[in-house]
Amino acid sequence: MSEETSEIKLTVNGDLITKTVNVRQHLVDFLRLELGLTGSHLGCEHGICGACSVWVDGLVVRGCLMLAVQADGGDVTTIEGLTETGEIADLQKNFVDRNALQCGFCTPGMLMTLAELLRKSELSSREEIREHISGNYCRCTGYHAIVDAVETTIRDRLGDS
Amino acid sequence: MKAPKFSYTRGESLDQVLTLLNEYGEEGRILAGGQSLMPTLNMRLSNPKILIDINHLSELNSISINDDIVSIGALSRHSEVGRSPIVERHLPLIADAIPHVAHIAVRNRGTFGGSVALADPAAELPACVLALGGTLVVQSVRGIRKIIADDYFLGLYETERKPDELLIEVQIPVQDPTALSAFVELSQRKGDYAIAGLAFVGTVENQLIKTAKLVYFGSETKPTLAKNTMAVLTNTPWNDKTRELIVETLGQDLDPMTNLQGSAKMKLHLQKVLTNRAIDLALKREKPSR
Repeated sequence: MSEETSEIKLTVNGDLITKTVNVRQHLVDFLRLELGLTGSHLGCEHGICGACSVWVDGLVVRGCLMLAVQADGGDVTTIEGLTETGEIADLQKNFVDRNALQCGFCTPGMLMTLAELLRKSELSSREEIREHISGNYCRCTGYHAIVDAVETTIRDRLGDS
Repeated sequence: MKAPKFSYTRGESLDQVLTLLNEYGEEGRILAGGQSLMPTLNMRLSNPKILIDINHLSELNSISINDDIVSIGALSRHSEVGRSPIVERHLPLIADAIPHVAHIAVRNRGTFGGSVALADPAAELPACVLALGGTLVVQSVRGIRKIIADDYFLGLYETERKPDELLIEVQIPVQDPTALSAFVELSQRKGDYAIAGLAFVGTVENQLIKTAKLVYFGSETKPTLAKNTMAVLTNTPWNDKTRELIVETLGQDLDPMTNLQGSAKMKLHLQKVLTNRAIDLALKREKPSR
């Protein structure tokens, strides 16, 4: 079977992009290989590890479990775009302050997932924070430092110390 | 790994999708949420000729209630089902089950219909649909067919749906407000594949079990009704003697399979533990009689 291609038009981090893609290419390979956006990582490539988490139309999804061609007409946000907006600058600072990463491989996916929790702007218990990131593996920190960083961010945002 | 080569079509109408399914049969694969299909493609465990993407069939994405039947469109995302006030109010068993369905990023994309149609033995929603006496509505170029859940789940990933049929909707009778339900599951991480789990629906009066429906998943090849245990629990007080009796009957009702999640023996043990937990939980939920 020959390689089937398709032209897609989509928004990535606010920029309108038109590209021809192989229909079997998943979204994160497209972002990394075609657009050079290497902030989204590929770990397991079957939906277990969460390192590839990106937003499609404002919701966090597994970038390896969606085809690039399916994002045609959609609005994709990666860690590069989210960082640029400053929306999670406080969370990122708290990750650094609290040593909530070591190798950093899981961090972009972790942040994309957590940004959805922070948008709720309500106090989440440590258990709820853990539940929210239950689909994102971190092999360095043991998660405590990550939960600390999120808790601090939520408290600061709500003016509750 | 990377997916093998395939052809891709974005379905723009139900008619077009049904025509393609009719044309390709088993060589075509419906791409809904893709949360089970994409991993099998990336790992090259499946090799379809064509993917038929139904994500743009917005008519399949709705949750409504009519004459005490809740209709969940096949394309409803798990997170939408979890947020639905109709589901929360009328199908508390499903509301309880949704947090166990994978993780947030998967729930944002995975669909109710996809889970029920695929019938993964570890999946939560097929068990709920069976416990609640749901009906699956499938459509092909030949027309619409309704299949009750009791007739739908045949074996390991084996269902009554034919290769040219598309699941379009699941119809579920509202839960009786006087009935009680409980959903319990064990997995390594919350949201991971179930090791064992069950859905319980029953009626209780003054802590006496009047009726009980128990559907087990994770341990069996398909969602499984525990008929002997259900018979034992009918019109029975929940006491130590009953707890002992159901240990016996569950051994007759269940035939657990050994897989990566655990041995058959361990799963049978866990299902017994979970049965106790589910009934304890359901009884705690009984509102004090006036």
